[in-house]
Amino acid sequence: MEPKMINLTIDNIPVSVPAGSTVLEAAVSAGIKIPSLCYLKGINEIGACRICVVEVKGARSLMAACVYPVNEGMVVYTNTPKVRHSRKLTMELILSNHRMDCLTCNRNAHCELRQLAADLGIDAIRYANDDLRPQEEASALHLVRDNSKCVLCRRCTAVCRVRQSVGVIGCNERGFRTHVGCAFDRDLAESDCVSCGQCIVACPTGALHEQDSTADVMNALLDPTKHVVVGPAPSVRVTLGECFGMPVGTNVEGKMVTALKRLGFDKVFDVDTGADFTIMEEGTEFLQRLSSGGTLPMITSCSPGWVRFCEQHYPEFIPNLSTCKSPQQMFGALVKSYYAEKAGIDPKDIYCVSIMPCTAKKYEVKREEQRMANGCMPVDAALTTRELAKLITQAGMLFEKLPDSEFDPILGISTGASVIFGATGGVMEAALRTVAAKMMGDDNAPLEFHEVRGIKDIKEATYELPGKTVKVCVASGLANAKIVLDGVKSGEMQYDFIEFMACPGGCVNGGGQPLHSAYVRSFNDLRGMRAAALYNQDAGMEHRRSHQSPVVKEVYETYLGEPGGHKAHELLHCTYVPQKRYRT
Amino acid sequence: MPNCKTAVPYAGTPEQEERLRQVIEAHKGQPGATMPVLQAAQEIFGYLPEEVQIMVAEGLDIPLSEVYGVASFYSFFSLNPKGKYRISVCLGTACYVKGAASILNAVETKLNIQPGGITPDGVFSLDACRCIGACGLAPVIMINDDVYGRLTPDQVGPILDKYMEKK
Repeated sequence: MEPKMINLTIDNIPVSVPAGSTVLEAAVSAGIKIPSLCYLKGINEIGACRICVVEVKGARSLMAACVYPVNEGMVVYTNTPKVRHSRKLTMELILSNHRMDCLTCNRNAHCELRQLAADLGIDAIRYANDDLRPQEEASALHLVRDNSKCVLCRRCTAVCRVRQSVGVIGCNERGFRTHVGCAFDRDLAESDCVSCGQCIVACPTGALHEQDSTADVMNALLDPTKHVVVGPAPSVRVTLGECFGMPVGTNVEGKMVTALKRLGFDKVFDVDTGADFTIMEEGTEFLQRLSSGGTLPMITSCSPGWVRFCEQHYPEFIPNLSTCKSPQQMFGALVKSYYAEKAGIDPKDIYCVSIMPCTAKKYEVKREEQRMANGCMPVDAALTTRELAKLITQAGMLFEKLPDSEFDPILGISTGASVIFGATGGVMEAALRTVAAKMMGDDNAPLEFHEVRGIKDIKEATYELPGKTVKVCVASGLANAKIVLDGVKSGEMQYDFIEFMACPGGCVNGGGQPLHSAYVRSFNDLRGMRAAALYNQDAGMEHRRSHQSPVVKEVYETYLGEPGGHKAHELLHCTYVPQKRYRT
Repeated sequence: MPNCKTAVPYAGTPEQEERLRQVIEAHKGQPGATMPVLQAAQEIFGYLPEEVQIMVAEGLDIPLSEVYGVASFYSFFSLNPKGKYRISVCLGTACYVKGAASILNAVETKLNIQPGGITPDGVFSLDACRCIGACGLAPVIMINDDVYGRLTPDQVGPILDKYMEKK
C-alpha cells in the first residue's frame, strides 16, 4: 500500500511527504538543511539539543524538527530571526561547557561540532569556560574518552544500546554533573564493552577517539633492526579514499598500496590473503562438523567485537564459535611463520602491522590466546583506516594523485571471496562458495549467493547441497545477533551456519572507518555504497573462490599440509573462554 | 563521585534477595519497569548497592548502565546505606548564611566522606539537608536524633569523637 502523503509548506515551499515523516526529513525534500546535533536517524531521536528548532505556525514555542511529525497544511519556517537567534544561543551555551583545544584536538578538521559552529555563524565565544581540564579515560585498549569535550548529545550511548544492545555507557547523575560513563563510573576496561568503536563514529566531537598507534608504527619503520610488513583489511580499500575527499564507494586499492610502500613498509601484503585462509579453515571445519555430528550451528569468529560479546553475554554458544582465528590473526601468523621462513628472517625481528576498519582489532592483537608457539604475537599493531589516512597526510602525499601499485605477491594475491569479507554476508558467501565447490566441483557449484547480500539486519537462506540441506543466517549489529541467538536458544530458529558481524553492515561500517557528520550518515546509505564497491571488485577478479588462490595452493602444498591439519591448527586456530560480564 | 559506589561490604540476606526476585518477576517486560523495581529494592535493602543493581539489570535484561543512570539521577535513591550514626548538616538559608558550608567541610574532612557517603566501617553516614526548623540555633547539625546548634567548625571534631568512642 502506498503511504499516505502529507502536504505542507516549508519556508513557503510546498512539499508532499509520506505520513510519519519528521519536519527535518521533509525539509530535505524541499532542499533545506536544518542543522542538528543530537539527531542520528533511527538511533538517537530525542529532540534534546534544540539546535534543529523551527517555527511552526500556530505553535506556542519553537519545535525540534528532528522529532516533530508533519501534519496536513502545516506551515513551517526554518530561517527566521527568532530561529536563528535561538539556535545560535543554544550553540553558544553548548560550547560554554566544551573544552576547545581545536588546533590540537584529534578531530580537528573533521569535527562536526566545529562545522556546526561555523554553519550557525558563531563568531565569538561569549561564555568561555577556562576551568575545563582534560578528563582522559584511556583504560581500554581501543578507545580514549575525554568528557571535557563531550556535549551530552547521547549519540554514543544510543548507538551502544540500540544498535549493539550492549549499553555499557550511559548518562550518570543529573543537572550540571551529568556525564557519560560506565555504571558506577568504572573504567571502560572493566566494563563489558566489546570494543566495536561505533561510539567513536557516532560522536560529533573529539570526546571519543581510538587509541592512537601511529607513533608505534612510525618508530618501527625507523628501526633498522625491524622488518616491517603491513596488510590492509578487505574493506579499507573502499573507504580510505573518503578521508581524502573522494566519493563514498571509491575503490583505491592501487593508490593505497603505493602509499604504504612510500611510507617505508618493507613488504606490503594483503589481509585479503588471510581471509582466504580463514575460508579454507572455516569451510573445512564446517564440512567436518556437518559430517561428524559436531556442534551446530557453527558461528563465524572473524569479528572480535562479536567474539567478545559471545564470551560475555552468550558463553553457552562458545562451542558453536568456529575455532578459526580472524583473517587479521591468520595473516599475522602466516607472516611470522611461512613468510619468515621463506625470507630467512627471524620472526622476532618482524613487526607486523594491520590496517583495519575496526577498533576491536586493537584489542584482538593483544589477546593472549592468539600467541604463537614461537612466542610472537601475530600482529604487533592494528591501525584504523583513519590512522592510515593520518600517516599518509603527514607524509605529504597527494593521495588522489598517487599511481597504482600491486601487493607483494607472497602474501598479496587474493580472491573475490576474500574481498567481500568486508560486507555483511561476505564471509558466509565466501565460505559457501568453497563449501559448495568442494561438494559439487568448481564447474557445477553456484558462485554467487545473493540471498545473503544486502544491508538487511537479519538474512536467512536455505541451500541444497549434495546430500544435505544447509540453512544459514547472517546478522550484523549485536542487537540483531542477540535476536538470532535468543531465537536459536528457544528453538524457534534453526540454522547450520551463522555469520555475525559486530558492526551494523559489517566491516564497511566499522568503528575505525572514516567519519561523516550525522547528516550524511542519516541521509546516505554509506554501508550499501561501500559494500557495492567490494562486490564490484569481486565480480572482476580472476579467482573468486578462496581455494583457487595461488597463494593458498602454494602455502598448503609447501608449508601447512591439509586444511584443518595439525600444522594449520597450530597456527590458524584458537579457543575462546567465557568472560565475566561485570568485574565487581 | 561521592555517590557512585559504597565502601561498605554488601550484606544482603537470601530472604531480601528472594523478595527482590519476586518484585523483578512481577515487573519484567513492562515498559518503565526500572523505577518501581529500584524503589522496591531500596525499600528492601535500605539502599542500592552494586550487587542489587546488577540483579535488577540482569533480571530485567537491561544494561547495568541504564540502572545506574536512573539510580544516580534521582536524589532519593541512595547508593550508600545509612550509618549507625546519621549526620545531617542543615544547608537551609539561615544555617547557610551562618556558615553551614564550613561546618559541612569540617565533617567531610574529619570523616573523609562526602554528602551521600558512608565511612567504610559503616559507623557514620553524611547527608546535607534543608531546613530542620531550628533556625534560631543556626548553623545546626543532627546526629540521629541529637541536635547540635550554634556550631563553629572547631566544635565538629570533639562532637564526632564522642560518637567514635561510643561506637
